[in-house]
Amino acid sequence: MNHQSEKGMTFIVKTVTKLTLGFILLYGIYITFNGHDAPGGGFAGGVIVALALVHVMLAFGKEASLKLLSARTLRLFMATAAILFLYGIFKGYPKAIFGNEFILPLSEMIIVSVGLFVIFIALVLVPKSDKRSE
Amino acid sequence: MITYFLCLVLFSIGLFCAVRKRNIIKIIIGIGIMEYAVNLFFILIGYRAQGRSPILARDQAITNIVDPLPQAVALTAIVIGLAVMLMLVALAIRIYERYGTFDITKINRLKE
Amino acid sequence: MMIPFFLILPLGNAFVTVLIAKADERLQDLFAIFTTLSLFIIALFTLMSVNAAPNHLLLYRTTGFLPPEGLALVVDGLSVFMLVTVNLVALFVAIYSSGYMKKYTDKWKFYALFFLMLAGINGVLVASDIFNLYVFMEIAAISAYFLVAFGTEADELEASFKYAIMGSVASCFILLGIAFLYAHTSTLNMAGIARAIAASGATRVLQLVSVLFLMGFGLKAALAPFHAWLAYAHSSAPAPVSAMLSGVLIKALGIYAIARIFFSIFGASVQICQILIALGVLSMIIGAVLAFGQTDIKRLFAYSTVSQIGYVVLALGVATPLAFLGALVHIFNHSISKSLLFLTSGSIERLMGTRQIDKISGVIRRAPATGYPALFSALSICGVPPMGGFWAKLIIIFACVQSGHPILALIAALVGVMTLAYYFKPMTCVLFDVGTDASIVMKKACIAINTAMVSLAVVVVIAPFILMPGIRKIFIDGAVAVLMNGTSYANIVFGAIR
Repeated sequence: MNHQSEKGMTFIVKTVTKLTLGFILLYGIYITFNGHDAPGGGFAGGVIVALALVHVMLAFGKEASLKLLSARTLRLFMATAAILFLYGIFKGYPKAIFGNEFILPLSEMIIVSVGLFVIFIALVLVPKSDKRSE
Repeated sequence: MITYFLCLVLFSIGLFCAVRKRNIIKIIIGIGIMEYAVNLFFILIGYRAQGRSPILARDQAITNIVDPLPQAVALTAIVIGLAVMLMLVALAIRIYERYGTFDITKINRLKE
Repeated sequence: MMIPFFLILPLGNAFVTVLIAKADERLQDLFAIFTTLSLFIIALFTLMSVNAAPNHLLLYRTTGFLPPEGLALVVDGLSVFMLVTVNLVALFVAIYSSGYMKKYTDKWKFYALFFLMLAGINGVLVASDIFNLYVFMEIAAISAYFLVAFGTEADELEASFKYAIMGSVASCFILLGIAFLYAHTSTLNMAGIARAIAASGATRVLQLVSVLFLMGFGLKAALAPFHAWLAYAHSSAPAPVSAMLSGVLIKALGIYAIARIFFSIFGASVQICQILIALGVLSMIIGAVLAFGQTDIKRLFAYSTVSQIGYVVLALGVATPLAFLGALVHIFNHSISKSLLFLTSGSIERLMGTRQIDKISGVIRRAPATGYPALFSALSICGVPPMGGFWAKLIIIFACVQSGHPILALIAALVGVMTLAYYFKPMTCVLFDVGTDASIVMKKACIAINTAMVSLAVVVVIAPFILMPGIRKIFIDGAVAVLMNGTSYANIVFGAIR
C-alpha cells in the first residue's frame, strides 16, 4: 500500500487527472464567486478546490505532488489569502449584505482549500514527518 | 416535538461515548456525535410551519420562509467542529506513536 | 475607531509571521513585541475613551446594519478592564517567549498560535453577540490546545488530549445552551436577549440554559468540579503558554463570560448567586487541599489558580458593590502575579533543569533576576501586606461580612492561611539553600527573559496603587458599575445605537 502510493496510480489515471484538473478548479472558482445568488460561497468552493489538490496527490504519488506544491508554496498562499481577508474586513462593508464581493470569497476559498489539503497531507504522511498538523 | 427529543437523545449518546469509553477513537467519535446532534438541533429550531427555503428570488412573492439564521450558525459550528476533530485525530495518532496503545486508562503518565 | 484593531493586529501578526516564517528570527521577535506593545497602548486609549463616552459604552458597527440585525463590537467598563489586563500580560509574555522559545525549533509556529489565541481572547472581550463570543472562544481554545502540545513530548500530548476532550465537551454544552436560548428569544444579540428575558420572566428554559452555561463556562474557568484539566495542562506546557493559560485565558473565557451572561443578560437572581457562592467555596477548598501534596512546582501553581478563581467566583456570587470591587482587583492582581510565577518557574526549569520542589534551592542567591520576581509574586498571591493580593482578599472578606455571610468570610480567611501554608515550601526552596543538590550547573542568563520578569515584577509591586481613588475611578469603577447595572446593559446598548 505504501509502495503503491509512493509512485502514484496507473498511466490512465494520470492522464485523466491532467485533463480534468483545470475543469475541477474552474468549477470551484465558479461556485465561489456565485455564492451570493445561489448556494455556494467561499467554503463550498474551497472544498472543491481542495478536492482537486487531493486528486493530484492521489494520482501522482507523494513526492511528485509535494515537489509541485511544496510546503513553502502552501504557506505563501495561505498567508497571503489570510492577509487579503483581513484587508477586506478592515476596509469595511460598504452597506451591502456581503460586502466586498471579490476579495472575501476568493480569500475564503484559498484558505479553506489550502487548509484542507494541509490536513490531508499531515494525516497521511504521518509516520515519516515530525511536523505538527495545523 | 418528537424530533427535538430524539435529537437530545443523540446528544446523550454522544456524551456517553465521550465519557465512558476506553478507546481514544471511540471518545473522538463520541465528541463528533455530540457536535452533529447540536448542529441538527440548531437547524431544527429554525423550522417554521409551511416554510420554504430562505432564498429570495426576484419574481416570487415572499410568503413563508424558514429562519435562515440557524443555518448560518450551523455552518460556522460545523467548521469549528472540523477544526476540533482534526486536532483530536492528530493528537490521537501521535499518542499512538508514543504510547503504543489506544487505551486511555493506560495513558496515564501524568500522575496526580 | 480603535476597537477592531484589537482583532486585526493579532490576526495580522499571526499571518505575517507565517509569511516570513523562514526569515530571521529577530525580525519575528521584534514584530511580536511591537504588536503587543501597540495593543496595550490601544487598550489604554480605549480606557480613556470609554470613560469619556456617554453612558460609558463604545459601539463599533461592523456592517452597514444596526444591531440587532447587524454585528457590532461593544466595549464597556468591564470589557476595557479585562482588555487592559489581558494585553498587559500578553506584552510581557511575548517579551519572555522571544528568549525562552529558542530551545524549540520552530518559533514562528509558536508566534502564529500565540497571536491567534490573543485574537480569540480579545474577540471574546469585545463581542456583543453571543454566537460571536462562542466563535472567538473556540478560536482561543483550539489555539490553546495546540499550544499545550507544542513540544510534542509524550506527556504534553497526553495533557493536550485530555484538555481538548474536556474543552470540546464544554463547548458542545455551551452551543446547546445557545440553541435553547435562541429558541426562546429568537435573537442572538446579547442586548436583545436581555430585553426578551426581561419581558418573559423566569421560565424553565432559562433554568436549563443557566445550568448548561454554568457547566460549559465553568469548565473553561477551571471551577471545581470541572478543574481537572488545569493541572494536566499546566504541568506539561511550556512556561509562556502556562502563563497565558492560567493568567489570561481562564479569566477572559471563563470569568468574563460568566459575569457577562449571568449578570448582564440573565439578571442575577438569588438562585444563581447561591450557586456561584457554592461553586466558589468548593473551588477554594478543593484547590487548597489538592495543592498540599504536590512535588511539581507548576502543578502546585495550577491548583493554586483553581483556589484563587474560587475567591473571584465567591465574590461574584455575593454581589454587592464592595464584593465586585474585590473580585475585580483580585482578577487583575492574580493575572499579573500568577503569570509572573509561571514565567519564573519556566526560568527556574531552564536554569536548573528540574521542576521538582525538593531539588530547587537558593534561586535568589544564584539568579536574582528570577528569584526576586518569584518572591514578590508569591507574596502577592498569598495575601501578605502591602502587596495587591492582601487588599483584594481583605475587600472580599469585608464584603462577605457586610452582606451577612460571616461563615463565608471565615472560610475565605482559612483558605488564605492555607494558601500561605502551601506556598511556604517552594518559597523556602527559592530563598534558601535547603535543597539536597547544591551544586547544580547553571546555564547562562538570557536578557529577554530577565527583562520580562523584572518588568512584570515592577508591575506586581505597584499593583496595589490601582486602589487609589484617582486611578480606581478610571480603571475599576466603570467595571463595577457594569456589574451592578445588570440588565440595564441592554438599555445602554440600545441607547448607544441611535
